[in-house]
Amino acid sequence: MAYSEKVIDHYENPRNVGGFDKNDPSVATGMVGAPACGDVMKLQLKIDADGIIEDAKFKTYGCGSAIASSSLVTEWVKGKSIDEATAISNMDIAEELALPPVKIHCSILAEDAIKAAVEDYKSRQTK
Amino acid sequence: MNYFELFKIPVSFDVDLSVLPQTYQQLQRLTHPDKFASGSEQQKLVALQKNAQVNEAYSVLKSPLSRAEYLLSLRGIDLQHEQQTIKDTAFLMQQMEWREELAEIDEQADPLSALSTLELEIQQSVKNDLARLREYLESEQLDANEKAADIIRQLKFLYKMLTEIELKEDSLSDF
Repeated sequence: MAYSEKVIDHYENPRNVGGFDKNDPSVATGMVGAPACGDVMKLQLKIDADGIIEDAKFKTYGCGSAIASSSLVTEWVKGKSIDEATAISNMDIAEELALPPVKIHCSILAEDAIKAAVEDYKSRQTK
Repeated sequence: MNYFELFKIPVSFDVDLSVLPQTYQQLQRLTHPDKFASGSEQQKLVALQKNAQVNEAYSVLKSPLSRAEYLLSLRGIDLQHEQQTIKDTAFLMQQMEWREELAEIDEQADPLSALSTLELEIQQSVKNDLARLREYLESEQLDANEKAADIIRQLKFLYKMLTEIELKEDSLSDF
């Protein structure tokens, strides 16, 4: 199966790899895994007082499509409000990266990572 | 006819692994396309399909993970085509840590021994999970199948990790 050029670009030059201090109150962490392929993804968002995502980092253990999907969403979420970020759907990701049907679950993983991070953020706000 | 019936064994997670290969060879011989070389096209086609089914059944039955997954599919729970993600943070943290450890194994003083320590730790975890899985698959409890499905989902991460450790082992000992 051939990867699209965009997947290869993100795979070879992944954006925003790494992490933030998870004890920093402005940092939200989303952890998700896909049983279908055993891929694991961690997405961290740095969110300012107005609920705007200032920065994002990821660490993904998985195939090229999973890495590209997470790299792409770290670029997309920057500057967005948490509501805008939650609105990103896996179909947007799959379309941008031209993922084949068997790799759709990688884009679902990235979408769910954003949602998990936002949930983490919200649960910290209510505390 | 399901795979268990094909291999003439009870539909159960417990399988006698000393008998399975013999049954496999026997079924292999019976359905081998060469046997039908002088037969009609129809007979050849049927043999070919049967033979493929025997191979598929054997590969599913011999591994506990695929066997458990198949058993649940017979009970109406299809895990093979599901695309949902899991969000159990503690479990995923552990997976992340193990994967980081593997990625950095070359920096260890003795990578091969560090690798086998990691492998043992994961194998132990697999063993515990398989014991729990067996219990749920045999249980009559209402949510037993769902609990078994959750363990299978987790085991997939562990099996993937073990495969990657093997690959790493090969590359480390290959010089």
